[in-house]
Amino acid sequence: MNRPIQPTYTLDKVGEENFALNLGPQHPGTHGVLRVVLHMDGEYILQADPVLGYGHRMQEKIAENMTYPQALPYVCRMDYLGALSYNLAWVLAVEKLCQFEVPERAEAIRVIATELNRISSHLLWWGAFLLDLGGFTPFLQALTDREQILDLLEEITGSRLTYCYFRFGGLPSDVDEEWLTRVLAFIKEFRDRLPRYHDLVTGNVIFHHRSKDVGVILPFDAAGYGLSGPILRGSGIEFDVRKHEPYSGYDRYDFEVPVDQNGDCLGRYNVRMAEIEQSLRIIEQAIGSIPDGPVRSKVPKLIKAPAGEVAMAVETPRGQLVIYIVSDGSKKPYRVKYRVPSFANLSIFAKMARGQLLADALAILGSLDMVIPEVDR
Amino acid sequence: MNISLLGIVGYLVGIAALVGLNAVILVWLERKVAGHMQFRLGPMEVGPHGILQTLADGIKLVSKQLVIPDEADKPLFLLAPIVSLVPIFAAMVPLPFSETVQAWELNIGLLLIIALGLLNTLGILLAGWGSNNKYALLGGARAVAQILAYKIPLLICVMTIIMMTGSFSLRDIAIAQKDTWNVLYQPILFIVYIITVTLETNRSPFDFSEAESELVAGFHTEYSGMGFSLFFLAEYSYMFIAAGLATVLFLGGWHGPWLPGVAWTLIKIYSIIFLMMWFRWTFPRVRIDQMLSFGWKILLPLSLINFIITAGVLAL
Repeated sequence: MNRPIQPTYTLDKVGEENFALNLGPQHPGTHGVLRVVLHMDGEYILQADPVLGYGHRMQEKIAENMTYPQALPYVCRMDYLGALSYNLAWVLAVEKLCQFEVPERAEAIRVIATELNRISSHLLWWGAFLLDLGGFTPFLQALTDREQILDLLEEITGSRLTYCYFRFGGLPSDVDEEWLTRVLAFIKEFRDRLPRYHDLVTGNVIFHHRSKDVGVILPFDAAGYGLSGPILRGSGIEFDVRKHEPYSGYDRYDFEVPVDQNGDCLGRYNVRMAEIEQSLRIIEQAIGSIPDGPVRSKVPKLIKAPAGEVAMAVETPRGQLVIYIVSDGSKKPYRVKYRVPSFANLSIFAKMARGQLLADALAILGSLDMVIPEVDR
Repeated sequence: MNISLLGIVGYLVGIAALVGLNAVILVWLERKVAGHMQFRLGPMEVGPHGILQTLADGIKLVSKQLVIPDEADKPLFLLAPIVSLVPIFAAMVPLPFSETVQAWELNIGLLLIIALGLLNTLGILLAGWGSNNKYALLGGARAVAQILAYKIPLLICVMTIIMMTGSFSLRDIAIAQKDTWNVLYQPILFIVYIITVTLETNRSPFDFSEAESELVAGFHTEYSGMGFSLFFLAEYSYMFIAAGLATVLFLGGWHGPWLPGVAWTLIKIYSIIFLMMWFRWTFPRVRIDQMLSFGWKILLPLSLINFIITAGVLAL
C-alpha cells in the first residue's frame, strides 16, 4: 500500500491480538470519503494512518487550464460548506492581481453573505459533531436553523450549497432592502434560539465527559502542524485572518477573536460557538453601516492578468485558505496553488489518535471539522 | 397447577401478538417522539399520522433477501437473532398485567426474567462473532464487557425489593404495594434500576454495541432483512419487559384508581418506555470506559449502601 503519510511510529506492542481496522472510506464517522487505517489493540488505537485522495479532482490543474472567470464556479466545489469563502478568496486574489476596484457596498454584501455562510457551516458542524458523540437530535435542530440561512442565501445567489455569487470587481446583482431586513430578523430570531443549543448540549454532563480533555492540542503542536481556524484558536493562539490581515473591509467592523486555552474538543467547541455570535455581530454591523452605490466596478470583458504572482489569504469556516496564483500575462493562470485549511488540520489527527479509544478518536475527528473534498482537492 | 396444551397454544399466540403489536407501536412511537423532539413530524404518510408505517417497513424487511457474508460463520450468524428473540417468549410468562391477567404465576418469576435477560447479550455476542466483521466483533465484545457492570447493580436492586416483600413472585410484589408504591420508599433504587435497564436494552446513551458513529451499526452491521428485524423486535420487546418489571417492582403494578388494572399496567409501562426514548433523543453517547467505571464505582456502591440501609431499616 502506498501511504501518503509515512508512519513515524513503530508498533511497540505487535502481537496476534492487534488488528487493522479500516475506518472508511464508507463510514458514518468520517463525513466523507476519508479512509483511516487504524492499528488497534482492542479498543485502543496504536497507530492511525489517514489515506487520502479518494476524491482528488486535480482542482489546481483544472484551474490552470481555464480562464479566470471560468475557474470561478469550480473553486467553490472544494469546500461545499463554506463555498462563499472560497468564492471570495478566488475573486479577491484575481482582483489583487489585476488591481480591480471593488465598491464599498459590494464589499459589505460580500461580508454579510460570507458570514451567513460561516454560521451555516458552524451549525452543520455542531450537529455533526454531536452526531459523532451519539446525539442525534442536535443535528436536526441545527439543520432547521441552517435551512433559514440557506433560504436567505438562495435568494441572492441562486444556489443552496455551492454558491458562486461574487464576481471580479463586485457582485452580479444588488440585494434589496427587504432582504437585509429579513437577515436582521433572522439574526434576532437566531439569537433567541442559541441559548437552547447551549441548554441541550453545552451544559450536558455526558457531553462534558466526552469532550473535556479529549484530544488536547498544545499550542506548540498547533503552530508546528500549521493548523488554523477554530482549531488553532481552540489551542490558545489568537490568529484570525479577518483580524490580522483584514480583507474585504473586515477592519471596519468591531468583533472579537474567540480563543480557548484548553486545546481539547470542548475548547474547539466553545470557540466555534463563540464565533457564531461574533459572525452575527459582524453581519449586524455590516447591515447597519451599508453604504449606497453601485455593486460592480468596471472590469474588462476579457481578463488578462498582468504577469506576476499573488497570494491571498482568507479565513474560511475551517481556517486559513491561501490561494496563490502565478500569472504569465495570458488569460489563464500559469500556476495555481491552494493552501487548504482542512488538509493541514487533518495532518495532526495521526498524532492525536495514537493511544486513544476508538470513540475518542471519532470525537477528535469530528472536532477537527473535516470537509473531505477540500482535503483531497 | 395444570398446564393444558390449549393453554400453551393460547399463550404462544397471545404473546406473539403482544410482541408484534408492541414492536409496531414502539417503532412508530420512537419515530414520532424523535420527530417531535427535532421539530419535525415523523412518519405521516401511511395511515393516519403514519401509524401503519411500521407495518409497511415490516413487510419490506420480510420480503428482503437474507444476505449471509461469505466469510461468516453461517450457523452462528443465523442462530444469533433467534437466540436474541426467543427468550422473550419465556420471559413474558410471569409478568402480571393485573390481578387476574397473568400467563402463569411462578414463585421464582423475577429470577426467571433476570436470567433470561442475559440471553440477549449472548445473541449479540454470537452476532458479533458470527458476522466475521471487525466492527460487529467490537460491538459484541462491548456488550459482554458491560454486562457485569450493570447486572450486579441490577441484581442488588431486585434483591432489595425481594427483601422488602419477602417473595420472588411478581404477583406478590405487586400486591404488597397496594397502599404505597416502592418508588416512594426507594427513589434512588428506582433511578439505578432505570439506568441499568437502559444499559441492558442497549439504548442510548449506552448503546455501545451498536454505536452507529463509531461501529457503523455494531453487532448487526452485516444483518439485513429478517435477521435485522428480529434484533429490532428483540430490542423493543426487552424494553417492554424491562418497563414491565419496573412497573411491578417500583410503580405498584396494576394498582391505581378508576381504570382497570391492565390499563394501569400498560400506562405505566409505556410511560417508562417514553422516558427511555426521551433519553435516547436528548443525550450523546457515554464512552464505554466511562460507563464501566460509572457502573462499578457509582451504581454498585450506591445500590449496595441502599441495600444495607434497607436491611437495617427492615430489621428495626
